[in-house]
Amino acid sequence: MAQEIIIEENYRMPAPVHVGDEKGSLTRVIQQLVFTVDHKKLGLMYIAAGLLFFVIAGLLAGLIRMQLAFPNNHFLPPDVYNQSFTMHGTTMIFLVGMPMAFGFANYLVPLMIGARDMAFPRLNAFGFWVFFFSGLLLYFSYVGAPGLYAAGSAPDVGWFAYSPLTTKAFSRGHSTDYWTLSLLLGGIGSVATALNILVTVFCMRCPGMTLGRLPIFVWCMVVLSFLVILALPCLSACQIMISLDRYLGAKFFDTQAGGDAVLWQHFFWIFGHPEVYILIMPAFAITSEVIPVFSRKPIFGYPVMVAAVVAIAFISLGVWAHHMFCVGMVSLANAFFVTSTLLVSIPTGIKIFNWLATMYGGKLRFELPLIFCIAFLFQFLIAGLTGVMLAVAPFDWQLSDSYFVVAHFHYILIGGLLFTIFAGIYYWYPKAFGKLPNHKLGLWHFWLFAIGFHITFLPQHFLGFLGMPRRIYTYQSDRGWDEMNLLSTIGVAIQSAGILFFVYNLIYSYFWGKKSGDDPWDAWTLEWATTSPPPEYNFAKLPLVKSRRPLWDAKHPEDPDWKHE
Amino acid sequence: MNSATTENPADWKLPSARKFGILTLILAESALFTIFVVAYLFYMGKSLNGPYPSEVLEFPLLGTLALFSSSGTIFMAERCLLAGNKPGFSLWWGITTALGIYFLYFTGAEWHHLIFEKNLLISTNTFGTTFYSLVGLHAFHVIVGVLLLLGILISSLRGRLHSDHTEHVEAISYYWHFVDCIWIVVLTVVYFLSVRVQP
Repeated sequence: MAQEIIIEENYRMPAPVHVGDEKGSLTRVIQQLVFTVDHKKLGLMYIAAGLLFFVIAGLLAGLIRMQLAFPNNHFLPPDVYNQSFTMHGTTMIFLVGMPMAFGFANYLVPLMIGARDMAFPRLNAFGFWVFFFSGLLLYFSYVGAPGLYAAGSAPDVGWFAYSPLTTKAFSRGHSTDYWTLSLLLGGIGSVATALNILVTVFCMRCPGMTLGRLPIFVWCMVVLSFLVILALPCLSACQIMISLDRYLGAKFFDTQAGGDAVLWQHFFWIFGHPEVYILIMPAFAITSEVIPVFSRKPIFGYPVMVAAVVAIAFISLGVWAHHMFCVGMVSLANAFFVTSTLLVSIPTGIKIFNWLATMYGGKLRFELPLIFCIAFLFQFLIAGLTGVMLAVAPFDWQLSDSYFVVAHFHYILIGGLLFTIFAGIYYWYPKAFGKLPNHKLGLWHFWLFAIGFHITFLPQHFLGFLGMPRRIYTYQSDRGWDEMNLLSTIGVAIQSAGILFFVYNLIYSYFWGKKSGDDPWDAWTLEWATTSPPPEYNFAKLPLVKSRRPLWDAKHPEDPDWKHE
Repeated sequence: MNSATTENPADWKLPSARKFGILTLILAESALFTIFVVAYLFYMGKSLNGPYPSEVLEFPLLGTLALFSSSGTIFMAERCLLAGNKPGFSLWWGITTALGIYFLYFTGAEWHHLIFEKNLLISTNTFGTTFYSLVGLHAFHVIVGVLLLLGILISSLRGRLHSDHTEHVEAISYYWHFVDCIWIVVLTVVYFLSVRVQP
């Protein structure tokens, strides 16, 4: 009798509550993030992870600038300083720039070509998680390398890790191994995602979306993916070679045993220079979408714009040794790399003039995305001009490894890339969340960040002319560098204030922003043809495309584009 | 692009994602191999101490024959699959797998000979470094290929392979042909060129 009761009690027990089943609970949210293969969620996760690492690398930059604010400063110990600039550079390139590009590509490419997801959704999730864990692996070096008992053990060999600094003799412990393995892992993730983007664009376009009708954003992402496919394996080869040198006693870069340290520079920059163009591609992509929509004109010279991007990518595969003029190459090699580098400026110039021509005579709407893109045009022009200067070998001999170079590539990566990333985030924020970003907060963000950016990096050109080398720990006060270094550091504080406004704007607009509707900017590309935010399957019915501006055709049946193209 | 074909959704045809994907992967792998081949060529004849390639390398005739003929047998297997001849497919595919495994055995025996009798290690000189890394990278790709071949072979023998798997099989055969092509490059650079360079 007693036994029966127990059985009945067991029988009446409620079904066990599965962890994560409750709607809106934290475990549920985490479960969804980990399990998802949806390109839109993964895209946002890429961008969010990129922003996270951006803040971390920005804090490292703050430490570097505080150390350099005054002469003879000892704010940081020298070894921590070396780790800071290494981690800052590595993070910004591999954990901020590329994930941001992949995030935008992931979210937008399938929507823009009228597909329901990427070609390989699970490979997409694999790519994201491999990238994310490579970032965690890199940062684990702070506690992991020789262990906590010898704290301060992050990589300290600079982001291009010149040989023989990376050999066992000069880099003891495991800090360099964390750098190597993290980049090897990240490279696998990047190749996976780039492959996915290429296959998506070439095999998943909706009916009528011919290659000649692709939005220029998609074209730029195709070119970016090709560059990743060609360049990142070279970096992986480099990392395999360092690992063989360090662990199996191989002689690739061991100068004592017939190895060649300059070979590392060649191999690294064969990857490294296409990488620079990988990083600037999202800027071209976003600008080419924002400027037409906010000028109310179709892009000027579509075929030339596409040809220019392809030409830039092609030339960029043959310019790597302009990073190495100082190493003492034969003059024929110098002449070749000067010429090829100068050639890049032609298609780049075409792009700038075409963007201007798109704006010329347009009905400009000064919304946040356009404001950031206009700033991009000015800043990218300055960056391009200093780039042309550095491409000339004798000039480079004078200023290589000086703060002039630091200023040059920060004008490209912040003034060029980051400003357009902000433009892109403001432009597609309504798409992802259905809310408009706050205009006033955005203006605060823009002005603080733009002013802070120029105060930080404009003086660095002059510091370079005055002979200040990059990566020095500290300096004497009699060099005439004091004021400009202090100014540069003050600029970082202003930029940080701008970033605070940006982050606050993202949160504020998400909860209290104005509802945007499906198509707040009256745009033309297919991502705005569905609801904002889009449903998981993107399009209930696959669209039929007849021109480069399918949504314009749908809104203006009396005067569609395909009659004129 | 002919507008008549693009305006009708029924005529809209795009390349297969699997084939395009594997070709893109092959492009990436080619870039990886290029760096190791360039490293081999760069250090050719520059070793500071022996053993040198001309002293220790022998032409890998049997391994090469096995690998090259496996490209033919995998082609025969594919033809059988397209013709619906499943036992024929399993047979040819099994021969391909066996040839791949034999190539690995051959490479292993060659390395054993080099390591224990000729005292050539990866740390001996730049020849050892570039030889083992390049040939090892290729052997690693053969290992991956053999695992893929085995996977298909097992499902074929268990009767799980159907006509809608032709694309999977084709993708794997592309990869296998690629591994074969890389061997042509390795053969040329390592076993033809470098043994003729005097130290």
